[in-house]
Amino acid sequence: MEISRREFTKIGCRVIIGAAAGTAVIESLVTNGSAAGESPKGEYDWNEHYWGFVVDTKKCIGCGRCANACKLENKVPFDEPVYRTWVERYRVLRGGEVKIDSPNGSIDGFTDDIPAEDIKKAFYVPKICNHCDNPPCVQVCPVGATYETKDGVVLVDYDYCIGCRYCIQGCPYGARYFNTEKRTADKCTWCYHRITKGLLPACVQACPVGARKFGDLKDPDSAVNKILDEERINVLKPDLGTKPKVYYVGLDREVR
Amino acid sequence: MMENLIWGYVYPNEAEIQWSILIVLYPYITGLVAGAFIASSLYHVFGKKEIKPVARFALLTALSFLLVATMPLLTHLGRPERGIEIMFTPHVTSAMSGFGYIYSFYLIVVVLEIWLSFREDIVKNALNSRGWKELLYSALALFSYDISEKALHDDEKLAKRLAIIGIPSAAFLHGYVGFIFGGIKANPWWSTPLMPLIFLMSAIVSGIALLILLYIIAMKLRKHAIDHKCLHSLAHYLWIFLILDVTLEMLEIISMKYESLEEIEIINRLLSDKIATTFYGVQLTMGIFIPFVLLLLVGMIKNRETLKMIMISISSVFVLIGVFAMRWNVVIGGQEISKSLSGTLTYVPVFFSKEGVLPAIVILTIPFIILIVVTYILPPWKDMEEEPERNPDK
Repeated sequence: MEISRREFTKIGCRVIIGAAAGTAVIESLVTNGSAAGESPKGEYDWNEHYWGFVVDTKKCIGCGRCANACKLENKVPFDEPVYRTWVERYRVLRGGEVKIDSPNGSIDGFTDDIPAEDIKKAFYVPKICNHCDNPPCVQVCPVGATYETKDGVVLVDYDYCIGCRYCIQGCPYGARYFNTEKRTADKCTWCYHRITKGLLPACVQACPVGARKFGDLKDPDSAVNKILDEERINVLKPDLGTKPKVYYVGLDREVR
Repeated sequence: MMENLIWGYVYPNEAEIQWSILIVLYPYITGLVAGAFIASSLYHVFGKKEIKPVARFALLTALSFLLVATMPLLTHLGRPERGIEIMFTPHVTSAMSGFGYIYSFYLIVVVLEIWLSFREDIVKNALNSRGWKELLYSALALFSYDISEKALHDDEKLAKRLAIIGIPSAAFLHGYVGFIFGGIKANPWWSTPLMPLIFLMSAIVSGIALLILLYIIAMKLRKHAIDHKCLHSLAHYLWIFLILDVTLEMLEIISMKYESLEEIEIINRLLSDKIATTFYGVQLTMGIFIPFVLLLLVGMIKNRETLKMIMISISSVFVLIGVFAMRWNVVIGGQEISKSLSGTLTYVPVFFSKEGVLPAIVILTIPFIILIVVTYILPPWKDMEEEPERNPDK
């Protein structure tokens, strides 16, 4: 089919207008999903909150929307192998062998490359920075450029980091990466720019099945506390004493 | 391409190796510094007279390498212009934050030690030369020309005290580099309290080996007979420290394998696949076992000085290569296993890049140039060529 230049411009304009309108609709929806339960314009006091994250591995369907939303929200380059969050797929085969993968951090979803009859059990595990209470990355930073906020979030000061990458080595979870543009370490912030305005992290917002829950550990009625009070939960690599604040429901022994 | 380099599952962020060949070079260079310094203190502190010919030369060697020790680090930093913050705002819980202070302190110790042991020569040069040379040496002498017997005696006493401080600081400088790796609980290949000791022993070994080679080369270039007593003494210490080194290295591997914790499968894969050649082949066989046997023979063979010198030289070259392999196996090996404990990846060194092989070669060449310049200004040859053991080569 031949398309004239005029027609092409027309279509292009429609797409752009449509996309803009779509974003506006999404934005209006997003404001409903509030984490702190306070007005986005309200003053934020970090002494009043202590954030926590719950992952229900039984709910995750491996669609990878979380990983995609994260890259969009936080301008994480799509063409580099760096991720603030990703989803891992675990497949225990009939022979007992465990296949783990996370192609492109699950952004494009997963493909079935093993026949279903060969698989004994399979599940997805979303991963994200654990914002540890005893963070090894903060411990090893030689200049104190990475730190834990009063409300329990581990952040990087991009104007101070010297780019030695020691924190990347120190993180047992592979949650950190080197930002080639800033030439500093980088990581998940639990969307600090959003949660301090009463919004949810982008990945939590994007999850269509509610496998990711985010909330205030100081608030007894928060989404995370409800689960922590009722479910049997675990954290990743508890033996390392990092005290993660990402809690997992239905964590399998194969997951590290 | 990527697929072939990765086996099993590695965390998505691990696809890139963070610490390159330059970070292999850093512990290698500080190790040579610490080793050379400790070799010189065998004379300065422990009064081993047979080491005297190379004692001052060893200090100059230590200085030459110490001056470039920061280069691989600064080249590697993403933000080298902020590197100085490590001095201004050190974060004390970080093993790395001590670097600036330990390095500076040690640099001062080495420079002072050199100044004290060369002061007599410097003053004499200042008094006996004219023009810019006079100015240079006068400045080096800090315009203080007292070389009376008493002054020299005081110098010697001070130098000895300084060397006594120098040994723990040399040990600290390098032991601490070991702790940078040993303290990382995230990495099972690094996380061991033995790491500082292993680093220290291999540092001493590499420093002595370097000193032996530089001594032989210097004497050959200056067409002067080698003091075999000195050479054999150095070879003897090299042998002793090799034994300590291999004991610790083996202890680490054996206890890892014996305890067989969660990570043993990936460690076994690392040892049998990823670094099999560089670990068993280069680090252990070439770097330790062969020199151990050769040096043992050197101790047993009577006379035949040329043969022994060749055996000692080969041992030293092998030790230097072996210790480099050891640094490689720690730094690169530790990054070739995934912290998921379910996969491995491969480091492919690049030649032309900021963190490539070329800058590594350049950085490793600079200390030798510095050494040539330094020995031109402060010639250590007097002790190296004094009272030559006139042992005719057979």
